[in-house]
Amino acid sequence: MTTATASSAPGGLNPLRQTKPRYGEAVIRGILVLAAAVSLFTTFGIVISVLIPSLEFFAEISFTEFLFTTTWTPLFANPQYGVLPLLMGTFVITVIAVLVAIPLGLGSAIYLSEYASPKARKVLKPTLEVLAGIPTVVFGFFALEFITVYVLKPIFPDIQVFNALSAGLVMGIMIIPTIASLSEDAMAAVPSGLRDGAYALGATKRQTALRVVVPAALSGIVAAFVLGVSRAIGETMIVTIAAGLQPNMTLNPLQGMQTMTSYIAAAGSGDVPTGSIEYKSIFAVGLLLFIITFVMNMISIRLVRKYRQAYQ
Amino acid sequence: MSATLTRPFDQPDAPADLDLRGHGQPLVDKTFRWILFLCLFVGIAFLAVLLAYVVIKGWPRLDSRLWTNMPSIRRPEQAGAESAITGTLWVIAFTALFSLPIGFLSAVYLEEYAKPTSRFARFVEINIQNLAAVPSIVYGILGLAIFARALALGQTVITAGLTLALLVLPVVIVATREALRAVPQNIRHGSLALGATLWQTTWRQTMPAAIPGMATGTILALSRAIGEAAPLLLLGAVTFISFNPTGPFSAYTTLPIQIYNWTKESREEFQVLAAATIVLLLVILLAMNAVAILIRNRTQKRW
Repeated sequence: MTTATASSAPGGLNPLRQTKPRYGEAVIRGILVLAAAVSLFTTFGIVISVLIPSLEFFAEISFTEFLFTTTWTPLFANPQYGVLPLLMGTFVITVIAVLVAIPLGLGSAIYLSEYASPKARKVLKPTLEVLAGIPTVVFGFFALEFITVYVLKPIFPDIQVFNALSAGLVMGIMIIPTIASLSEDAMAAVPSGLRDGAYALGATKRQTALRVVVPAALSGIVAAFVLGVSRAIGETMIVTIAAGLQPNMTLNPLQGMQTMTSYIAAAGSGDVPTGSIEYKSIFAVGLLLFIITFVMNMISIRLVRKYRQAYQ
Repeated sequence: MSATLTRPFDQPDAPADLDLRGHGQPLVDKTFRWILFLCLFVGIAFLAVLLAYVVIKGWPRLDSRLWTNMPSIRRPEQAGAESAITGTLWVIAFTALFSLPIGFLSAVYLEEYAKPTSRFARFVEINIQNLAAVPSIVYGILGLAIFARALALGQTVITAGLTLALLVLPVVIVATREALRAVPQNIRHGSLALGATLWQTTWRQTMPAAIPGMATGTILALSRAIGEAAPLLLLGAVTFISFNPTGPFSAYTTLPIQIYNWTKESREEFQVLAAATIVLLLVILLAMNAVAILIRNRTQKRW
């Protein structure tokens, strides 16, 4: 910044040559690099903060007990740390969410990309994206107070107050915008020459959309699905509020179950003494959650790169 | 298919603007179109029902008690969310303080300074893409382990601000990069040709031109932070707080957390209170989004 005045007074005989070395520019560059490195430190910080307590955890609880036994009772007098019930809860709720979000999200994307007039799209797309801006605690409240009571209870009279179904359904609606918006981007990147070619061969709009545009955008659409699944696995508030806090090794969506995220939220918000095995279990579950979502995010990022390279 | 292929040839004197798209199976095509529209409609209808439900349910408590009274466990008819409102303001102020400068500078580096071939820049880019999809509860673990415990900041406003700042950093960076990318190259070239340095060009030409886009992205990022609850569960916001924060090292609660606490109470009055607080939160978020859209429309410049 101090060098700013120098430019207006290029001195001496050779005005085109820079007279003073600009240390300020180098300093600024250094600051910018440092700012960009903050995001690297964040990832590093996440890895460190889940890894160290996890290693201490696994010094006491064996890997095989953690991953392959089916009882999760960290609060009992004789605590057991088999993470499978939490994985099961996450799995059941994610599957429900995905069954809702993939057809609805993809359908919305095809409609917006191939059918809607530009005018209609200008209204419909932002409206759909409002869904993505609703805080998840609001979705959780709605799942517990409305979906369970007024929608599911009449259909399944023996449904529990806290259940996986309401959480999964609402979570599915929540990730529609993620899937729709990324899939639509991928379809918009398909060159219009491919569509024109299909029309020239006599294909209808539906045939063009399903047999030409969707296959051509497939890597982007799959990336959207993967990212949607990753968001469902990591979602916390909806499951904490609507699905209950009871680890439950079942596939029955009418019962309450605990997920990895809601265990972390429940145990982390209580008064767990630092250094206890229960405290460390929060981080062990966090490590597992981070690894699962990290792998899915990387797959998604790779796939997006693939379609960008193909059409640019 | 086979029937449609022959169709244009059946009409030798077809008009010049003949639609060459096939028209086979019109019923199937029409149904398909309706199914697609239905997919879109489900999401929008869900949104409408959700908004209607919280407004109707929260209506009896949507009055000044909500923002002038403190939370209370014994007397729901007197309870309000004042400490949650002030807590949200404090936390968001710190979130903005930390995330905006770092976000802007990171974006300037990636967009203006880094060479496209730079391996460091590419690595940072992939890292940001991943961070944007890391579950928010994992940021809570980071905040708990690093800010609250290792740096001994405790469960305070500043811990929450720092944690949420890291959470929204990818959003700020991506939005700022898009805003910078929209500034045409001519402006940079013109400035550089006149002898300005790279930073002079960035600071005096490129960034001012990108301000509207940066403002829009910033507001959207902060509105995400306002609605975020999961990481704060691990950072002490759930404790019962009936006082306004007094500084960065004060205990706090926020609106989403207050909603969560009331949702857990079994008495119906608290559910009504939760709904009323949800309406308040949504109105704040809606207002912020409206401002963002307004800025975008007002300043939309055709280069």
